[in-house]
Amino acid sequence: MHLALFIIFGLLCLGGALNLLLQRHPINSALSLIVVMSSLAVLYLLLGAEFLALAQIIVYSGAIMVLFVFVIMLLNAGLEEKTHGSRAAYLAGIPGMLALLGVLGGTFFTLRSSFGSARLGAYLATTHDLAQVLFRNLLLPFEVTSILILVAILGAVVLARKEH
Amino acid sequence: MNQFLIFILLTLLKIAVVTVVFLTAVAYTVLLERKLVGRIQNRWGPSRVGPFGLMQPLADGLKLFLKEDLMPSAVERPLFILAPIIALGCALTSIAVMPYGRDIRWHGVDMFQIANINVGLLVILGVTSIGVYGIALSGWSSNNKYSLLGSLRSTAQMISYELALGLSVIGVVLRTGSLNLRDIVNLQATHGVLSWNAFGGVQIVAFFIYLTAAFAETNRTPFDLPEAESELTAGYHTEYSSMKFAMFFMAEYANMINVGAVATLLFLGGWSSPFGHLFPDFGGPIVHALLPVFWFVAKIFCFLFLYVWVRGTLPRFRYDQLMGFGWKFLLPLAIANVVVTGLVLAVHG
Repeated sequence: MHLALFIIFGLLCLGGALNLLLQRHPINSALSLIVVMSSLAVLYLLLGAEFLALAQIIVYSGAIMVLFVFVIMLLNAGLEEKTHGSRAAYLAGIPGMLALLGVLGGTFFTLRSSFGSARLGAYLATTHDLAQVLFRNLLLPFEVTSILILVAILGAVVLARKEH
Repeated sequence: MNQFLIFILLTLLKIAVVTVVFLTAVAYTVLLERKLVGRIQNRWGPSRVGPFGLMQPLADGLKLFLKEDLMPSAVERPLFILAPIIALGCALTSIAVMPYGRDIRWHGVDMFQIANINVGLLVILGVTSIGVYGIALSGWSSNNKYSLLGSLRSTAQMISYELALGLSVIGVVLRTGSLNLRDIVNLQATHGVLSWNAFGGVQIVAFFIYLTAAFAETNRTPFDLPEAESELTAGYHTEYSSMKFAMFFMAEYANMINVGAVATLLFLGGWSSPFGHLFPDFGGPIVHALLPVFWFVAKIFCFLFLYVWVRGTLPRFRYDQLMGFGWKFLLPLAIANVVVTGLVLAVHG
């Protein structure tokens, strides 16, 4: 059951990612990205991270991608145009991507014995467990990250403010 | 029969019953609104089809079903068709995690909730945030400036008020210590009205924030700018006809019921009776099982009544007022509520 869901949503995730690259209209790409993020949420859920899965849906599939779609709609972005730059990007990008994939795949394959492993559906991290880890064991890094995000928000406000 | 088969069959039964009841409720909410707004405006409302106009939803449904399904020539066809499906699908999903009665088991299956999920509250928030795409895409794919303006307004409004809505819920979660909707209701079911979050739990401010944000989330008056007919024709569903229009219409009313149901679960004790703790042995087993469902439905009905009443009473906000109210008043108030609730709970435990 878990394996079937893993295969279905893993394939959906990969399909969405490919479609994201192949579509020529930005809104279709944005919608594919939503599919990718939602299928990732299901994969998190299969690994027992229920809070993370729902946070992924609410924050990424919901809030952030709505902003993407919003901006695309607002700018009324048209079809992607082919220029000389895009041909150069094809020529350099595809071999580059394959090389990166090869290096990463090779590294994971050779080092796979030293990684831990997780079985699907064997473990459930409840929201309570997550809160214990975040607010007891890792309180300092958590607060530092919050302050970092706060600084970023303030920076965005300063940049967006009108000059008087 | 083995346990798994029983589980599947009973779950399908629950889904079928809840869906049919929910869709009927959606149809009759439309009638309720037309009747009540009629009375508020000193006229009768629908009264010709059946006794007291009670068959009106059937006639409306038949009319919409038989109308020609126009497909405008310049629309982005796949997204144009997908948008109402997303809107209605998301509107019909949230009810699946809501408990609508006591935890009474039959063959080991909880008969008064379709799915009891640990993070049920987050599921509802997640489904709501996906539902925004229905409206956003419908406006964009229609290739019509009124639709686009309507959907832009709606999307901006929903993103803004979702923050206040999400934060208003945190007080309740802090008090319960759980995201499970059954736990949230059970905590409120012990001492009648006194243990409801809105009163005994002193979440009355959060209740106000939730209610206001909910009006904005469902695009209802006084926040119905996405479909302000004097400026935008009909807003995001201008180009839709027949069943596709009906799907948006149903989604809107289903969302009204959803929001009322969530407010009931979080702030007004869900299925618990306001004075039930005084008569713990009232009635036989059947009454014991069905009375909570009655209370749940009655509370949702009060919310629907309030919705219609507000629509009949308040004028529409201006757009800058809407954004200012959401960001400068509701959001800080919601944050203050979280801080105060957290401090009180930290001191009193």
